[in-house]
Amino acid sequence: METKNEINVIIAGVGGQGNVLASQILGQLFVEQGYKVTIGETYGVSQRGGSVMSHLRLSGNEQVSPIIPKGLGDLIVALEPMEGLRILGQFGNPDVQVIVNTRTLMPMSVMAGETQYPDINSVLQLIQTNSKSMWTVDATQIALDMGNSILSNIIMLGAVAATNILPIDQDKLFNVFARTFPPKYVELNRKAFENGMESLSSRT
Amino acid sequence: MNMIVSNKTGETALFMGNEAIARGALEAGVSICAAYPGNPSSDIIKALAEVGPEMGIHVEWSVNEKVALEVAASAAMTGLRGLAAMKQNGLNVASDFLLNLNLSGIRGGLVLVVCDDPGGISSTNEQDSRLFAKMGELPLFEPSTFQEAKDMVVEAFELSEKLELPCLVRSVTRLSHARGNVELGSLSTNEVKPFFDRSKPFINIPSPTNAHKGLRQKFSKCREIFENSPYNYYSGPENPELMLVTSGAGLFYSQDAVRCLDVSKRTGILKVGTTSPLPEQFLSKHLIKTQTIIFVEDGGPFLEGNIRELCAGRPEFSNTKFLGKLTEDLPPVGELTPDLIIDLLCKKLDIEFIPRSAEYSEAVKAAVQNNTPERGSGFCAGCPHRATYWAIKKALIRDGRDGFVLGDIGCYGMGAGPAGYQQMNTMQAMGSGVGIASGMGLLEQFGLDQPVIAVCGDSTFYHGAIPALLNANQHGSNFLLLILDNDATAMTGFQPHPGLGKDAMGRQVPSVKIADICRAIGLEPEIQDPYDLDTTIKTIIRLLREKQGAKVLILKRECALVAVKSKAPAFSISVDAEKCLGDDCGCNRFCTRTFRCPGLIWDAEKKQAQIDQAVCTGCGVCTQICQHQAIISEAS
Repeated sequence: METKNEINVIIAGVGGQGNVLASQILGQLFVEQGYKVTIGETYGVSQRGGSVMSHLRLSGNEQVSPIIPKGLGDLIVALEPMEGLRILGQFGNPDVQVIVNTRTLMPMSVMAGETQYPDINSVLQLIQTNSKSMWTVDATQIALDMGNSILSNIIMLGAVAATNILPIDQDKLFNVFARTFPPKYVELNRKAFENGMESLSSRT
Repeated sequence: MNMIVSNKTGETALFMGNEAIARGALEAGVSICAAYPGNPSSDIIKALAEVGPEMGIHVEWSVNEKVALEVAASAAMTGLRGLAAMKQNGLNVASDFLLNLNLSGIRGGLVLVVCDDPGGISSTNEQDSRLFAKMGELPLFEPSTFQEAKDMVVEAFELSEKLELPCLVRSVTRLSHARGNVELGSLSTNEVKPFFDRSKPFINIPSPTNAHKGLRQKFSKCREIFENSPYNYYSGPENPELMLVTSGAGLFYSQDAVRCLDVSKRTGILKVGTTSPLPEQFLSKHLIKTQTIIFVEDGGPFLEGNIRELCAGRPEFSNTKFLGKLTEDLPPVGELTPDLIIDLLCKKLDIEFIPRSAEYSEAVKAAVQNNTPERGSGFCAGCPHRATYWAIKKALIRDGRDGFVLGDIGCYGMGAGPAGYQQMNTMQAMGSGVGIASGMGLLEQFGLDQPVIAVCGDSTFYHGAIPALLNANQHGSNFLLLILDNDATAMTGFQPHPGLGKDAMGRQVPSVKIADICRAIGLEPEIQDPYDLDTTIKTIIRLLREKQGAKVLILKRECALVAVKSKAPAFSISVDAEKCLGDDCGCNRFCTRTFRCPGLIWDAEKKQAQIDQAVCTGCGVCTQICQHQAIISEAS
């Protein structure tokens, strides 16, 4: 009944986590690999700590909508666990695959002591139950070990590459890095990507 | 390499819709680009300003949208090409000039890009700016793809020059802020020497009616041109069960729906890129193919109304059903989504779309409901606006006369919500708080006994508050204006304004101080640092009480997002574990719950307030609010 020839990726996180940059880097890569790419970003006034999601859609010949229709997510890259779960509500389906950065970020209402952040294990359990497969990465910790939490989005891209769900050409990706980052940060981001890859492949 | 200025014709770039528009302007050989920032349009001028010096063009952030359009029009009055960009609210500001310029015409190329924000994702209103094209009888292009966003700007410049009329290009958030493939054309190498021909003035009098006749002729000629526009096309079967008539981002949603449902053999898509004046013959030829037409367009029922008007009374359409926003088959308010079109097609074609089982939907719905508290937005840690609204709240309580606050939009607009303790009570156009205050401040004679406060930001002051303040002083209105001066147009991305001494392209320019403007108006402003809560509260109360007439208090403190990049924190803040009594205090977690700075967190284990040192900017404001002085600061 449903004919779908595109790949629908959602990168979900919190404002400031580098969500938009991650989707732009992948988007740039896939343009160079010959795909039609459409990226939609939903942030509203939430750039100051609110939920942010990017829809990244790859298609063969036709540009598609920057909003993925309900229930049609193929891959969710969650830069924050609760945000990954939130995305499943609208875009999840039994075949969706999810890669989760396990480091939590508290919403304002939790910091104020008004609500509670759910138990992390139950969040991961719910994601697992409602997806085809789930991978977890402590990307923020790997980033902090490398000296800066800002690298966690690139570490997550490495994890994405390790799953082979997306047709990532690594040499071309590093070319995109070279054009995206200031020269002195290219190697660091490359290393972050490789550490992200390794963190996942070492467990499978 | 910035792809906006790439010479590699034929290469494919990944452009945001706004970058595609900017590239289009460069391919068209634009000379002058002007705008006032406002999302979803801001990135157009941002992209052009970055390459302005390199491309030898002038790019500016103007004081407001009317001036931006006037500046861009100067190019088109001398044979050059000018581009103005704005959000929907901006076009309202610029419309007085636009609706004279349509009659007087131009002699170069003028393109006005307006980016509408259906759903008000980053706006205070929803409006369909396409109505200005109808009102002004002006050509209107609506790009549906990233490629069209670029190509239509080039085309709009050509048409503008040919017809000697400004052309409108209308984008929406889902195109302007989205990204996709764009194949590059050639950058312009044309060099035109500007010349103002005094024998052909741009004046509509003595007979605006004659000028209007001229405009009507141009509009008719434009219609003929649009009949053959490549931006209008039909795809689908010769006689579809139903036809989606769409423009702008609606094409994306229509195509997604038809593809998801696999109904391309039953459904046609009539895509219209030139929506004013309508290509009537082209439309008639295709609309006749079906008896059920669904309009898929963001904003109001613009195409829907105009096409129904076109078909009204014609026998060949007597059995045609027109469905859309007017019939409420699609919601007449808010933003369209692919899901809305999928649902409507399912209903009309009597099919089902089940991307996932009902059990799955229920399971994830429950999981999300119970485990994902919302992430609300608010002021950043150390934001001077938080301190300002705290002071306003305290001052109005102590003053005790039920005073209220008239405002408008900027970061400080969040003063209407929990971030600003719900202190702001009105929010309309830029500078409207001051204009309304100019009236409210006169209502004492009718018995209004509540004190009146107006607030506006620094960029807003220059944009729209100055005439209102002049008016207030002239008429002796009694109110207090608080100018929340954070040295930034922070909400839209830190664009320079007339007080900052630099322009869009980073050049040093003269600056004009807000205090000097107030003095020129005849009002001596007081200046106060909002971080000093006690003095700010006392100053507000004193100014509310001490004298009649308009008073100005400038609350000056640099935006925390800017300060954190250039300065070390003034204080190191911590919570004294001995003094913070937690839930035993009786304050009901006053600091974390009520004051609500992201740098203050409730430590559930210790049951005490804590400072999140990674977030705290060391402003020291929270040390002034704890009754037990449990939050302490040390100079760092």
